[in-house]
Amino acid sequence: MHIPDGFIDAGVSAGAGVAAAGGIGVCLKKTADTLEDKQAPLAGLVAAFIFAVQMLNFPVAAGTSGHLLGGVLAAVLVGPWTGAICVALVLLVQAIFFADGGISALGLNIVNMALIGALGGYAIFVGIRKVLPSNRTVVVAAAGIAAGMSVVLASIGFWVEYAIGGVGNAPLPTVFAAMAGTHALIGIGEGVITALTVGAVLTVRPDLVYGARDLKPSLTLGAGVQPVGR
Amino acid sequence: MDRRNLSLFIVGGLIVALGLAFFLSPLASGSPDGLEKVAGEHGFIDTAEDHALSDSPLADYSADGIENEAVSTGVAGIIGVVITFGVGMLLFASLRTYRSHRGQGEAPSAGSAGSAGGVIGAP
Repeated sequence: MHIPDGFIDAGVSAGAGVAAAGGIGVCLKKTADTLEDKQAPLAGLVAAFIFAVQMLNFPVAAGTSGHLLGGVLAAVLVGPWTGAICVALVLLVQAIFFADGGISALGLNIVNMALIGALGGYAIFVGIRKVLPSNRTVVVAAAGIAAGMSVVLASIGFWVEYAIGGVGNAPLPTVFAAMAGTHALIGIGEGVITALTVGAVLTVRPDLVYGARDLKPSLTLGAGVQPVGR
Repeated sequence: MDRRNLSLFIVGGLIVALGLAFFLSPLASGSPDGLEKVAGEHGFIDTAEDHALSDSPLADYSADGIENEAVSTGVAGIIGVVITFGVGMLLFASLRTYRSHRGQGEAPSAGSAGSAGGVIGAP
């Protein structure tokens, strides 16, 4: 899903760069306003973990692979704003050090995977949770489903960018069907990995899961830990 | 107590991430990912340009100077996890500092009461 330089023309890439900078700016502001002490190292860990798991491409269909994008995983663990920053940070490190994802395409990739992936995906997570009972199983399932859907959303994000500024001449309807179809398959993997990881953290340290903070009324562990309203 | 457990959790999580990056990444599928596949089948894969930093010592997740492919990938993964964690810690810790300097957080009551705009600037 990492767009290389050249797929999308310079104008649209630059526009996405502006949008990405603005979006991440908002996320930085929100994070600065709300991040709790214990979340700072956790956010660093979440970014590092996503970097590692993004290296693990799994096969999805004949000759195709996919890997975790991690937006919903990050958002459920540390909140949507901080989660989007985690994914953007991973994309930045990949583009600069690992030649993965074009430099001029960085804005496109941040829009698709960090902003759409984490913020859009988290909105789906919240929506699913609203209509289901409030318990751990639902949190895990909602995280998995939202994660899977976020991958398809991100792939549609690419399609929109391609429709506006694509350099090739591929017919848009077929590109749409191929992108959404392939990424629905990849989304299954994304959902499974996200659900497993959220479930594991919920087992070990439920208090660290942002998306589950409503499950237990806070036990008031110490000063400075105050629920952030949402 | 809570803090120590948190440190333990962070260290444990890092070990898992490092382990995945080193031991599993060499086993990852080498097939094109979803976007590459679609681009290939729909005739726009050739519009991709070479990466501007394709000469980087870690380009394409292989560490320069290590012959063994699996080890090279694994080492690149470890370096990536460490860089990401390090930059992330710096970033998020400085965001916390930024807030306390604006007096919105639980800044220690002893010092600088009501100082709008701390000395240490924004990141």
